[in-house]
Order: sequence, then structure tokens, then C-alpha cells
Amino acid sequence: MNQLVPAGKRPGTELAAPETQDFVTMFIEGQLFGIPVLTVQDVLGPQKITRIPLAPREVAGSLNLRGRIVTAIDVRLRLGLKKRAEDKKGMSVVVDMGGELYSLMVDQVGEVLSLPAAKFERNPPTLDPHWREFSIGIYRLEDKLLVVLDVGKLLDFTRNE
Amino acid sequence: MDDLLSEFLTETSESLSVLDVALVNLEQNPNDPQILGNIFRLVHTIKGTCGFLGLPRLEHVAHAGENVLGKFRDGELEVTPTAVTLILQSIDRIKLILGHLEQNECEPEGSDEDLIEHLNAMAEGRAVGAPAAPPPPAPPMPTFESVATASAPPPPAPEPEPEPEPEPEPVKASVPATAPQPSAVAAPPVPAGEAKESAVAAQTIRVNVELLENLMTLVSELVLTRNQLLQMVRGKDDSEFATPLQRLSHITTDLQEGVMKTRMQPIGNAWAKLPRIVRDLALEMNKKIDLQMLGAETELDRQVLELIKDPLTHMVRNSADHGLEGTEERKKVGKPEIGKIVLNAFHEGGHIIIEISDDGRGLNLDRIKQKAIQNGLASESELDALTPQQIYQFIFKAGFSTAEKVTSVSGRGVGMDVVRTNIEKIGGTVELKSQPGKGSSFVIKIPLTLAIVSALIVECAVERFAIPQISVLELVRVTANSEHGIEMINNAPVLRLRDRLLPLVSLKRLLKLAESEEEQQETFIVVTQVGTYTFGIIVDRVFDTEEIVVKPVAPILRHISMFSGNTILGDGSVIMILDPNGIAGATGESGMMGAGTRDAEAQTVRESHADLKTSLLVFRAGGDDLKAVPLALVARLEEIEVGEIEHSHGKPMVQYRGHLMPLIAIDGILNLRDEGRQPVLVFSDKEHTMGLVVDEIVDIVEDRLKVELSADNPGVIGTAVIAGKATTIIDAGYYLPQAFGDWFGRNDKEFGNADFHAPRVLLVDDSPFFRNLLTPLLSVAGYEVISVEGADKALALRERGDEFDAIISDIEMPGMSGFEFAQAVRADGRWGTIPMVALSSHATEKDFERGRMVGFNDYIAKFDRDALLQTLATTIAASKGAA
Repeated sequence: MNQLVPAGKRPGTELAAPETQDFVTMFIEGQLFGIPVLTVQDVLGPQKITRIPLAPREVAGSLNLRGRIVTAIDVRLRLGLKKRAEDKKGMSVVVDMGGELYSLMVDQVGEVLSLPAAKFERNPPTLDPHWREFSIGIYRLEDKLLVVLDVGKLLDFTRNE
Repeated sequence: MDDLLSEFLTETSESLSVLDVALVNLEQNPNDPQILGNIFRLVHTIKGTCGFLGLPRLEHVAHAGENVLGKFRDGELEVTPTAVTLILQSIDRIKLILGHLEQNECEPEGSDEDLIEHLNAMAEGRAVGAPAAPPPPAPPMPTFESVATASAPPPPAPEPEPEPEPEPEPVKASVPATAPQPSAVAAPPVPAGEAKESAVAAQTIRVNVELLENLMTLVSELVLTRNQLLQMVRGKDDSEFATPLQRLSHITTDLQEGVMKTRMQPIGNAWAKLPRIVRDLALEMNKKIDLQMLGAETELDRQVLELIKDPLTHMVRNSADHGLEGTEERKKVGKPEIGKIVLNAFHEGGHIIIEISDDGRGLNLDRIKQKAIQNGLASESELDALTPQQIYQFIFKAGFSTAEKVTSVSGRGVGMDVVRTNIEKIGGTVELKSQPGKGSSFVIKIPLTLAIVSALIVECAVERFAIPQISVLELVRVTANSEHGIEMINNAPVLRLRDRLLPLVSLKRLLKLAESEEEQQETFIVVTQVGTYTFGIIVDRVFDTEEIVVKPVAPILRHISMFSGNTILGDGSVIMILDPNGIAGATGESGMMGAGTRDAEAQTVRESHADLKTSLLVFRAGGDDLKAVPLALVARLEEIEVGEIEHSHGKPMVQYRGHLMPLIAIDGILNLRDEGRQPVLVFSDKEHTMGLVVDEIVDIVEDRLKVELSADNPGVIGTAVIAGKATTIIDAGYYLPQAFGDWFGRNDKEFGNADFHAPRVLLVDDSPFFRNLLTPLLSVAGYEVISVEGADKALALRERGDEFDAIISDIEMPGMSGFEFAQAVRADGRWGTIPMVALSSHATEKDFERGRMVGFNDYIAKFDRDALLQTLATTIAASKGAA
């Protein structure tokens, strides 16, 4: 369904100008991802994370961000990828979802890009169904493609459990 | 000043200012029923309270005003400016009287006849000379003139109409327009009046609770940050921050206490209604009750207070209604005529303890038992195993009321479970003690405040967790060589603690923290109490206690019942707070042996029959290895003088109780002792008795009988681990025909002519052990036994056209249960009349009933061999007779 909705009307992205949208970019396994810059609260380096027993596998744990408890989500696992190698340190992007803070753990956080709507495309139908669920669409960049993540779906654990 | 009066004054002056505004609003929207209703209610409240406090003058004015308002509300009177003026006048008058009241604590002298007259006239619809009322002959009151003058400008009242009010705040907008009158009343004429009006009101202000809650949250955060700072400085004595930090710490503590205080209210507030309730109850039930309230000034958090109010009321009602006897009854048992209910509240270690006790008849144990059985909460045998105090706890179950008749007061069975739920919701506990004839007492323990709780920090598999201190009873340290050791019953850890067996829960296993559980040199057990259920949580280490602020977990984690929240510790790390309720629930125990537990039990029974404990007789015979036989099968243990053993037909035998008893050796080679006494296990079957010669009787143990290796040798069921040693389980059924096959067995065949065929019995049981045990037993008793391991196999036999004289079926079986099997059998004509006997390891009254219902003719417990044979014989006979 979500492929049919133009990016500009997605919740959380509508604040951006219709022509260009700003995205915080991040890398997982070499793939470029982006989420609307306005949903991002913080970018964090490696953190001390408390494991939460019995939690879904993708929930890495919780951490303390200036007195607030943030739930860390391992985006790699969420996308069906392997866990990050122990020796590699990751980074996280903190987003606010319904008043709760979540930290999205990725390999690396890149720069903020302003992307014109003209470069936006719907998910190609050949995209892995798992990915398609979390992806709003694709931006064609000069040298690579950027997958726009649907943060809401990424954090919605009620549906695929 | 009287507390009640001052409270009344504060409240009423607030209501009045609301009224002023509301009335003016009403004038503008005369047909708004909501505003009218609101006004009516306010005036009504004032009137009611006046009557209660004995203030006739106020009451009369308010009453007359209410009359008019009532007519407005019912639409009998039109809301005209004149009418509103009149009402406003009465309100002014009320204010006036209030002012006097505040200063002198009594109503001023004087009469309000004139005003009341006008109001009544208005109510009756008599045309009152509209403006006539305002300045009537001023009564003697000194201040009344001012009222008159102040209310002289009533005409302006209607004026505000033209003001186009912005919707959001019609109130504010209209106030300045009309409010001048009331303020004019108080302000200019008698300055003293104004001063007194605000005197009481100014001492207290009403603050939105939400604001206080916010403050509390902020302070909680501050406390956490302080703790964090303290932790950082700890251990660095020379830190320059030490002194200012200490100061910050003190201030924070004071601030915390201060803010907590703003939310504190004396528990007496929650009790205020009780004397009245008890009095009414006493009248209604014709009892004499003395309600004593101690510690009413004990303060607790407002939020907690609100939540505890209803449970408390309910419990006091219960005490008055069920607990205390009637006057006559009390006299009869030699108690003072007046029953006593004592409410006692006090602080104890960060908690508030509230005791509610009565000196009534105590809880009725038999009624509770009856009720528990009736409601299917427990079986009779289960109840027998419980102590009275444990049985009393049943009253906390839903739908439990032992009141023989439902009174208007209680007995509707919605009571105590709600009480308990409410109390547990705020992290409290309820305990109940009762002594027949002496009375019962409830002890409620609740935390002072909900925002900050003290928690024990524990560690398990490198992760730290917090356990709310209120649930923790004690800590036990267990080392490899300490006197307390963790023992296992089929992988279920338990601990002997002061002559009691404490069930243990391994946090590691529960939270799936570690794959393998390696032996620990030292562990700790946190003895935890949930309701009346006490259990131990096994953890690796215990740190100290810390004050924590409970924060809810993220929505995506709410489904994990083990955690009640999370928090940030002093060192800045996030920690999960364990929920003892959830843990108790996860281990199958929720408070008590609840319905859930029984399901779980049923499940374990289903999973492993062999886990049932059986008494086993362990002996040695024909070799050094241990052998065992279920004790239930052994009739007696005898020691026979070797000299008494005789031989006939080359077989050894003894004269035993007037009969000849053949002696059988376990391996066929009889090694009798040369002298002395020979131990013999006597198996008895009807008049046939047989002695199994053994070398030595080792022990009688109660253990799980789980046959792990089955043997092909006849006479051996298999091998099981009993009391930690591999033991051969003997098939007693094999030896019986061995003895009698030679001696009596032939008889059967001789009599076995065409007319006689051994009754065919179908045995359905999923456990091979029982099939092995019962099959020989039944064959010995003269039945032809076909055994199958499941209902589907049995039904397959039916399809094949087999005929049986009786069916014996287990109840708990995988796949189709015994009940379903019986239904299936009864539903079909072919086997429709075959007598069926149910066989179960736990026969409760309820199962019994159900068994009967689905078509079983009888129901017997496993291991009861005699009962089985007898029942079988009579059932078959009965069905034959019937046929």
C-alpha cells in the first residue's frame, strides 16, 4: 500500500517543503538509508545498553539519554540482516515516536541530504518483501540509491509478531 | 475554628464565586440546561451542608433560592433578569452570612423573611414587582445595607448581553461585567468583612493535582540526578564538589519531602464517611457497633488515598455486616453487647500499615470450604491439605461471598477480590487473619507514595534488576557448603527454610538469560511474597537497596509481564524493575492456587504420568541389585521362620493364616536361608495369597516412578531411578499367576466350558507403566485384558467389531481425553451400554461429576487395586443384571 502514497504526504515528512526533503542518512551493510531529519532527535555514538530479557530479538535493550530511557532497536536485525560484528562499533539515531524515544542502531550515520522530490521513486516490486515493508521509497542519488525508512513501521512490533 | 466549619467556608466561598459567574452566564443563555443544572447543584450542595452544620438561616435562604432554580430547571419559570437578580441577591445574602460566620463562628442575628418571601413568590409564579425586591427594608444586620446598595445595580446585570464574547472564555469576559456587585458587596462597605472572607480562604489554595504530579516527577528526576552525582563523587574524599554536593543533597531531600507533603493527606479523610456508614448499618442490622479510629492523622499520598478509600470502606462494611454478631448472639457467647471495629493506621518502615479488625465471630471456615468446592476453586482433598489461614484467603477470590443472604450492604460477592486487586495495583499487600469466635483482622500494607519506591538491586547473569522492596521478605545466602542447600524435585528447585519448603524460581531460567546453568559457588535467594504466596527468586548477587522512580516501559515491551517498569540508577544505567506478581504468575502461581495453577497442574500430569509420586518398596532378591515394587500392591511384609517352610509337590509353601501360601522366588531358584527368619512380601488377591521370597527389605521410598529402561524379561517391568539408584521394577502381576497357575489356574480351565468366557476388559491408558501394571493384575483376577494406549486405538477396535464387557479408561491422555472418549463411546450404539470405569490419578469431586455426566459408570483412583477390582466386578455384574 505504502508505495502508492507520495512521500510528501507521509506522516512525519509533511513538514518539509514539497520540492526538497531533508534526510539524515545512515549506512547499514554499505546500503544507504534515510529518515526525515525532523523526526531525528539525536545522533549517538556507541552506548552502554541494558539488555532486556524476553524482549523481541530486534530490541537491543535500553539506554539512558540525559535522564530519559530510550529503547534501542537493532535495525540490522529488523531488516533481516545479520548482527553487527562484535568488534565494529555502531552508531544510533534517536527518534521520537508517540512520546517515547527509540534509538535506531545502524552501522554509521552520514550527512544530512536535501533531496528533490523528482528523484523519488516507489519501491521497485522486486525489493525483498521484508524490506518493502519498512521502506517508503527510493531516492536516486548520483552514485547510489537511498532507501527511505518508514520509522513508524520499523517500530511497530505488534504486526509481525 | 472548627475544622468542619472552616472547610465549609472555604468550599462554599469557592462555590459562590463559581455561582456568580454561572448565573451571569445563565442570564445570557437562559436555556442552557447544563449551566442551570450546574447552578442548581451548587446551591443544593450549599443548602445540604448548611443543614448538616446547623445553620438555619443560611439553609433557608439557600432553600428558597433552590426552589426558584428548580423551577428554572424544570422550565416552569422563565429565566428573566429579574429572577436572576433575585437569585444573585440571595447569593449575596449567603455571602454576608458566611462573612459573619467566619468571624464569629455563628450566624448573624436577623431575618431573611423578605428575601425568602420574594423568592417564594417568584417560585410560585406570582408576579413580583420586579425591582421591588432589591432594597427591601434593611434588616437589623449592620452590613445588610451594603448588600442593599450593592445589589441596587441589578439592572446592569442584563446588560452584558451586547458583549460579543469570544467563546473560549465566556467566563472571564462576563465576570467583569457583573462581578462588580459581589465584590462591591464585600469590599467597600465593611473592610473587616473582606478581610475575614479571605482569611480562611487565603490560608489554603487549591492547586491542580496535575501540577503537583508534575512537580513530583521533576523532583523525582532531581533525586535521581543527585544520586548519580553522589555516586560519582563517592570514593573521592578530596573532591571540591563534596561540600556543595552535600548541600545539594540536603536541599533535594528537603524538597522531595516538601513536595511529597503537598500530596499528603491524613488518612482520616478517607475515613470520614465511615462513622456514618457504620451507624446506618448498625441500625439496619440491629447491631451495636463501636467504630474506633486510631491514627487518623497518619498521612499518605493523595493518589494512594484515593485508591485505598473504596477498599477500606468495603472492608469496614464487611466487618460490620458479616464479622460482628448481632446483639443477642454476642450476649450468648459472653461477649460485650457492643461489637468493636478498630481501624488503626500507622507508619512503619516507609510503608503505611492499616489494620481493620473486629471482635466478631471470625470467618466461617466451613462456609468458605463449601463455597470453594462449589465454585470449583479447590477440591475437598486439596482443602484438607491447607491450613485454616490458607483457606481464609479464598475470600479474595472473585465471586466469593459466604453471606447467606445478600443484604443491601454486602454479600454480592464482588467484594474482596476487588479490594485485593485495588490494593495490589498500588503495590500494596493485604493479609488476613481470623480466629473463630474472636474476630478477624486485615492488615493492609501500602507504600507511602507511588512515585518513588525503594528497590533491591540484584544481579543475575551479569544483568542487574530491581525488585520492589515491599515484596521482599528476606534474603538467604546459599553456598556450596551452607546448611541451606537448593534441592531439586524433577528440576524444580526448592529450599528448606525453617521447616518449610520454599519453591524457587531461577531468574536466569525465567528470563532466559543463560543457555546453560552452571553451578554457582554462591547464590542468593530473594524470598518474595505475593499475596499469601511466598517463593524464592534465585539470583547471583545482591547489591544494596536504592530509591528508584518507576517509569513505564516502552509500549513495545509492555507485553512482558515480568517487568513492572524500568528506571535509571544512580550510576546512570538503565535497569529493569521486576514485577513479583508477574513472576509468580509465570511460575504458575498467582497469589494462591488459582484457576490458572490448576490448569498448569493438569498439564504437567498430562505430560508425565510417571512424575506422580508413588510409594515403592525397595528390596534385594536374587542378587545384589535393587528391586522395587509399588507398595500398594504388597499386602503385607512378613518374616517367616525358616523351619516353618514346608514342601509339597516340590514347591515351597507355608501355612499362613489358616491357608497354604506358596512361596515364589524372584528368579525361580529359591535360596532360602538356612536358619532364622526369611523376609517375604505377601501379595494377596482375594483368597489367594502368595509369598515372594526376598533377601532383604531395603526401604520404603516415595519417589517418581519413571520407568526408563523397559526389560524383556518376564516379571520385570523395567528399570527406574529410585532414590537416586537404578532399581528394577518387579511386575507383581507376573508372579501371581506363576504361583496360582500351578495351583489353582487349572480350575479355571476345567470350569471354563462353552458357557463361560472370561469377561473381556478394554484398558485404555497412555502410560505403559499402568498398562503393564494393570494388565497382569486384571488377568489374574480372571479378566481377559486388551490394552491400548489411546482413545483412538480403542475406537479403532470398535470399528473392527470387538466386543467388551467393560472399559477401563484413563482420564488424562494425549489427544482424546478420557471424557471425550466416554462421550464418543456413549454416542455410538455398538458400545453404548458397555460399563465404563474411569481411572485417574487425581480424582476430585468435580472430575467425578464430569465423569458421570459423560457416561462413566464409576470413577476410581489409580493405585487403588482393590477398589478397581471390586468396582469392575460390580459394574459388570450390574450391567449384566440390567441386560
